This record gives sequence, C-alpha cells and structure tokens, in this order.
Amino acid sequence: MRRIDHAEASTKFIRARDHLDFHDKRLWDLRKKRDRESEGLAEWETLRELASAIKEHTLSHLADYLEQFERNAIANGAQVHWAKDAAEHNQIVHDILKAHGTHTLVKSKSMLTDECEMRPFLENRGIEVMETDLGERIQQLDDEPPSHIVVPAVHKLRGDVARVFAEKIGTDPKNSDVHYLAESQRQHTRPYFLKAEAGMTGANFAVAETGTIVVCTNEGNADLSVHLPNLYIASVGIEKVIPSIEHLGVFVRLLSRSALGSPITQITSHFRAPRAGTAMHIVLVDNGRSERLGMPDFWYSLKCIRCGACMNTCPVYRRSGGLSYGATYSGPIGVIIDPTFNLRKYSSLPFASTLNGSCTNVCPVKINIHEQIYKWRQIIAERHQLPFVKQEAMQVAGKVLSNPKLYRAAVEATGAGIEHLPRFMMYNRLNAWGRQREVPAAPSLTFRQWYLKNRQRKARTR
Amino acid sequence: MKVALFVPCYVDVFFPEVGIATLELLERLGVEVTYPLDQTCCGQPMGNSGCHSDAAATEALFVKNFSGFDYIVGPSGSCAHHVRENLTAIEQTAQVTRVRERTFELVEFLHDVLEVKAFPWAEFRHKVGLHNGCATLRALREAKMSEIHEPAFSKPMDLLSKVKGIQFVKPDRPDECCGFGGTFSVFEEPVSARMGYDKVNDHHRAGAEYIVSGDMSCMMHQKGCAERLGLPLKFIHIAQILNGARA
Amino acid sequence: MTSRNEILARVRANQPPAVSLPGIPTFGKPLVSLPEAFRAALLRMGGKFAEAPEDGDLDALIRRLFPEARVICSATPEVKGTRRIGEVKQPGQLADVEVGVVRAVFGVAETGSLWVTEREFKVNSLGFLSQHLVALLDPARIVGNMHDAYRERAQFDFGYGAFLTGPSATADIEGVLIHGAQGIRTLTVVFARRAAAKDLTHRQ
Repeated sequence: MRRIDHAEASTKFIRARDHLDFHDKRLWDLRKKRDRESEGLAEWETLRELASAIKEHTLSHLADYLEQFERNAIANGAQVHWAKDAAEHNQIVHDILKAHGTHTLVKSKSMLTDECEMRPFLENRGIEVMETDLGERIQQLDDEPPSHIVVPAVHKLRGDVARVFAEKIGTDPKNSDVHYLAESQRQHTRPYFLKAEAGMTGANFAVAETGTIVVCTNEGNADLSVHLPNLYIASVGIEKVIPSIEHLGVFVRLLSRSALGSPITQITSHFRAPRAGTAMHIVLVDNGRSERLGMPDFWYSLKCIRCGACMNTCPVYRRSGGLSYGATYSGPIGVIIDPTFNLRKYSSLPFASTLNGSCTNVCPVKINIHEQIYKWRQIIAERHQLPFVKQEAMQVAGKVLSNPKLYRAAVEATGAGIEHLPRFMMYNRLNAWGRQREVPAAPSLTFRQWYLKNRQRKARTR
Repeated sequence: MKVALFVPCYVDVFFPEVGIATLELLERLGVEVTYPLDQTCCGQPMGNSGCHSDAAATEALFVKNFSGFDYIVGPSGSCAHHVRENLTAIEQTAQVTRVRERTFELVEFLHDVLEVKAFPWAEFRHKVGLHNGCATLRALREAKMSEIHEPAFSKPMDLLSKVKGIQFVKPDRPDECCGFGGTFSVFEEPVSARMGYDKVNDHHRAGAEYIVSGDMSCMMHQKGCAERLGLPLKFIHIAQILNGARA
Repeated sequence: MTSRNEILARVRANQPPAVSLPGIPTFGKPLVSLPEAFRAALLRMGGKFAEAPEDGDLDALIRRLFPEARVICSATPEVKGTRRIGEVKQPGQLADVEVGVVRAVFGVAETGSLWVTEREFKVNSLGFLSQHLVALLDPARIVGNMHDAYRERAQFDFGYGAFLTGPSATADIEGVLIHGAQGIRTLTVVFARRAAAKDLTHRQ
C-alpha cells in the first residue's frame, strides 16, 4: 500500500496561493471565534476537565455502558446491530435498506460512514445515496472526500463550487454567488428528502441512560433525513456513548464553541424512538476502536467528539489542507488515529507536525494530542517505518552526539564547510533548507572554542 | 549556588554570541557559572525523530556532564523542556532525575529562581516583536497561552519590560508556531517555509525592527525566511538584550 | 461468536483502569433577566423576535409578518392557520407549508434555544419542511443555561425532541453565512403566555 506523502501533497496545496490564503484565514478565524467563546465563559476550563473525565470514565466502563445503551434503545422500539468492522457495517446497512425496498437514501454528515466507505458500497449495489449537508454534497459531486470534519469543502472557493454545480446539477456556470449556489443545492436536494425511503445519520453522542441518539447540525438536514422516510438508520462508533442525559449539558456547551465559535448548533436533535409505523435501526461500530482502547498511550484519542478545533488551530493543517493527509480523519486527530488503521500507509503523518501543542490546548476533551504524536514517532521508528531516510542518519547522530571528541570534530568541520561552499551548491534541490530560506552562516569560533580562548583560566577539566 | 551553563549544540555552532551573552549575564548577576567542556547535545534531534534508543548514549553523557550542580541553565526553551520531560531513553536513576529536575531555561531561571527585578545595564531602543517558542510557551508555561482561559502573564515580558527604551509591537498571531519544529523544517520544508514567511511578515507588518526570542532555533528559521524575503528584520536572543546589547 | 459478543469481550478485556464519574456543578446565574438574555442570544444566532399582539390575535400577527404566505400550518390550538395539522397523515404533506407555528416547551437563555418535542410538533417535519417557523414561548419558562435545560429530565423521555436555535444555517462555501440551508429560513419567537383553553375560540 502506497505511503501517504504529506509533504509532497502540501506542495501542491501551497502553490495554489488564493486557496491557501483563504483556507488559512478562514480556519484561523474559526479558531479566533472559539477563543472569544472560551474567554467569555468563566467555567471554560472546568467544562473541559469535566468533559474529559466523563469520557474517560465512560471508556473505562465502556462494555457496561454499551449494554445499557442497547437495552434502552431496544426498549424504545429501536433495533440494535453490532458491526466489528467497516465491511460488516456496510453489509448490515445494505441489508436493512434492501429489506425495506430502498432506492434512495438521504443522509446527514457522518465521518464514520466515510471511514467505512459506505457510499460506494451502497451505490455499487443499486442504492442512490444523497449527501444532504452542503459541504458533503459539494464533495460528493466533485468525487472528492471531505477535507475537514465540520466544514467539508473549506478548501474550495466559490468558483470551484460553481464549476462543480454547473457540471453536476445544472446551475449557471457564470454565477458563483454563494447565496445562489446554496439555494440551488437546497432546491435540488429537497425532492430527495421527500422521496427517499430511508434516512441515515451519524451520532455526536449516544446516551446510555435512555438509548438516545444526539445529532448536532446547523443545516437541519439530519432532521429532514429522519422525519420524512419510514426507515431511520444511525451509525454510531462505540466510543460515542456517554452515561446520562445530564452529561449532554457539558458536551453541548463545548462542541459548537470549539468547532465554530458559536454557543450551540442551530439544531440539536435527540432521536430516541421511531415514529409509529416506522423503523429505527442503530448500528454500533467497532472497526478498531476496541483495540485502540487497549493501547495505554493512545486510548485517550477515543474521547474525541469530532469538533475539528484541532484542525482549525493546527498551523500545518491550515497550510496543507485535509486532503493532504490521505485519510478520513486529518489534522492533529487524524495524525494520532490513522496509524491505528495502517501504520505504514500513514507513517509520515506524525511527522507532519511541529509538536507545538496548540491542538491539545483547544481540544474540548483534553486529548493530549501532541504527546501522542511524539509517541507515535517512537513506534514508527521501532517498527522501522520511518518515512524519510532517517534511521541510519539518527544512528550516526546518536553516536556522534554521545562522544565529545566526535562531536567537536563534526561541528568544527561543519563550521568550516558552510562558510566555504559556493552558493549554488547550498541552494540546489537536494538541500531542502535552502529552497526557501537562507542558510545560517557559521561563525568562525564555536562557543566552546571562544570559551577556551577567553576563559581558559576558569575552565574546569572534568 | 553552583550553576552549570548548558549551551545547546546549534548555539555552540551557529550562535556562540548567545552562549556568551548568557554566560556574561549570569556572571553579572553574581552567579558562579561552570561550563562543562565535554557537553554536546540534549538528544532532542533523535528524540523528536522517534529514535528513542539512539538518544540514550547522548542522554547519559548529558547527565554525566551536568551532575553535581544546583542548577543547569541554558538559553533554549525547547532543549530545557526536552531534558525535563523527555530524557527517558536512559534508566531513571536518582542522579538522572536530579539533573532533569534542575535543568532550566534561562528566562525561567532569571524570573523564578533569581527573581531578577532589574537590568540596569540594559538598553534597547528598538521596536521589538517577542516570539515565544512553542516549547517555551506551552510546555514550560512561560506566558499565557491564547487557547487557554487563564490570567494573563508573561515571564519573558516581565524581564524585557525592565529594559530601557524597548518598545513592543503587536503581531496578529503572536503565538502561532513559526514552523521550525526541528527536522520538520527539512522534511516538511514547504509548510515550514510557508509558516516562517507568515511569521516574519506578521512581525514586519506590526512594525518590528527586531524579533527577540528565548529560542535561537526559531530565530534561525525565521532569519532564514526573512533574509530570503528581503525583509529588514534583525533577530536577537533575550540573553543578548538582557546582557546589554544595544543592537 | 456473534460480533456483539466479540466486540463486548474485546472492550472488556481492553478497558483502561476505572476513572470515576465527576458530578456536574451548578454554574453561575446570568446577571440580566432571563427573557432579556434569551432575546439577545436568539438574535445573535440569527433568530427573530416579534412582540406579542396586544389583542392576543396571533393569526393576525402572523399574517402581518408573512403577508405573502398562503399555507400556514399550526401545531398549537392558539393559532388557527390555514391548514390543520390534525389532517396531516404523511410528514411529506407539509412540503408546501410556508409558515409553521409551534409552541415551545421552554427556552434557554444562554443560547437562545427553544426546546420542542414530538408532542408540540404533532408532525415532526413541521419544524424542518416549513419555509419559516414561528414559535410561541412563555417568557416565564426560560431556564438559565444548557445544564438547567438538561435537568428538565422528563422532556427527554419523548421519542423526539430538539433544541432549535435560530434558523437553519450553513457557512460551507467560503465561510459566507447562509440562513435557510436545508431547513427553515427564519425562526421568529413570540413571547406569549399559554392561552387558557376557554380562551381558544377554535379547535384543531
């Protein structure tokens, strides 16, 4: 399987200057809006601590809470299915839809269904799947995965959307007015809500106490997907469970503030039971989560509530775009989750980070993201999957830096070398540093040499 | 108190003036400073590359060189942080633990241990942008982090504001990472350079003549970017300003 | 072994050491009045606010707010509208509704949200297929924050309930804010005490 090369992908992204500038500014703006909310709530850090503790408690008792959730969901009249992996999830969903005579499925945004690659699976079996979230729909029509978990088409400018819509849903190719484009998608999608035999959502939270599925949207598309067809399927990662209704207060107060800098999403839906005469199915999905639960350094990533704040603040993500990570989950959370799906394929992702720690600070559930990134690097090195030609270089570095005489010989050579290399050799393609930066000039004396020359009398030999 | 001077490898080679300023500053403040001659590096290059076991011998040498001191002080936030948090490839004996706990970044040491209230010899009549490296800011917690709801404070600013004539500019994104990130600067060069360009442009737009930092690694990267862009920015370490550099 | 049992067994085997569940404290109360705070939050989220008519004629108010609307469907007996919700057999039959009307159970001052369940909607799609929604809210039934809201425990026993906060919205294209994404284009809140049954001159 081909290794994702984040650095190469980022080069393409950075070359498109207008797109880069917009992408960076837009997401930084969301980060600033988040800050205004966090500064405005005296209890902000307390809420983060609570959210983190509730999630850690739940994950440490996950089996009991899953069983409680299942019991209550069944008592409400829903049917509960368990999928150990993506393939089983897709098969379960397909079988439910087929048994119901489904031709058209409308769905709201669900990263889990993207993770499972559900759409192509269903489409190949004759079920039309309509993404109803505007950003997801743009990406569906453009045959591209979503680039951000909250704003899926944030990497596109209005001209890009106009092009896609003109090509795929017959809008005026010369009209890139955003209101026109959004209204066009609304009008085009509406008949699908009305004719679909089935609707699907993901879940932001699954409440064990009541068997409730909680979905937070701004567009209203989850509700339209659920309240119109006679069949509702919810795809739920097993880590989405929380103990009680009361805990929703903590998470709902944190989620949209973290994601978009707004106190709450326009609609916060609580789906507990099917309407009379309709069916509700819940598919609980593992797909590697139970295994991740057993990783002492990495299980904290299961606390994630999919707010995207880490992406908004990450200076690398903002300048490379979600698609450069080559995975459903991108940005900082992607960096620590994706290696569990395929270590080799995603071995470059933990190095697509400066370890600056901003992600950890904005995470509403206090996932120690940058510390996990650091730990993943160790695992990748141990499994000899370092993406760059580093293993040998680091061994050499380790030998030189642990030997004072070797070190002095090396730095004194470097010092002399850099001064005397001709300019064209410094700035060739092989020297990455010099591509866009001047190389530091090495002074004629190292500190140690200066010290020996000027302070030798005071020097202690050890 | 017995203080050892820890001069990070890249300061030793590329910015010896920062090591000199640190030494002189500590001596001005009456500190007895020893410079262990056989020091090399804290091991961060291997550590940050995930090459944990390759760092062990370097870590052991660090501990050997810096044992027996009350404090180990170095002009680098990222190196001090690495020693305090990540020097874990070697067995954690009492000696190792002691050396790790006692390693301080210069500003921390001046602010929290020596509690320096004045630098009478210092004067820097320039417009300055303060850059707190990410390890200095978020790991060593030397100033309020913009992401966190916490009271405003800044140890570097406390010290620098004692300098006569200094003026601070306000960049747009004061604590966004500048993009150095160690080997990131080479293996993710496109994003690294873009981040560096954005950082220096931000300070330049805010009116900075100088960018000052406690981390010369960040400065090295930003300087490289500014020079390539042809920006009239100069780069200086906090130690140099506090030690009395006029420019 | 079934997937269910396989998953549960692996989860049990891998669960980290137990972390205790924290209690949720009570946080501070807002300094302004709850209806004032609610109104400010509602407007901030893109909602609208209309003063209750002095003569109590809500139908007239709605006609004034939406002079072009032909199909007005009310889920509350306090407003007559033009289509009776009781006659709706299929949720899709509300597709042509221009103005939906509902009475909210309570409001939340912190966010400007309204809590509405299947009991108030009668047909849930009313809150999402209507082009515009008008919601009646008793100003005495406004709680402080979302913790208070989630303590209204009985409300979460219904098969469906939602916090509605302003109109449906999106900023997915270049961050430009659009009201009326897939759901309602506007949400208008009217502070009105619930009418006593004897005051209602019509039935649904």
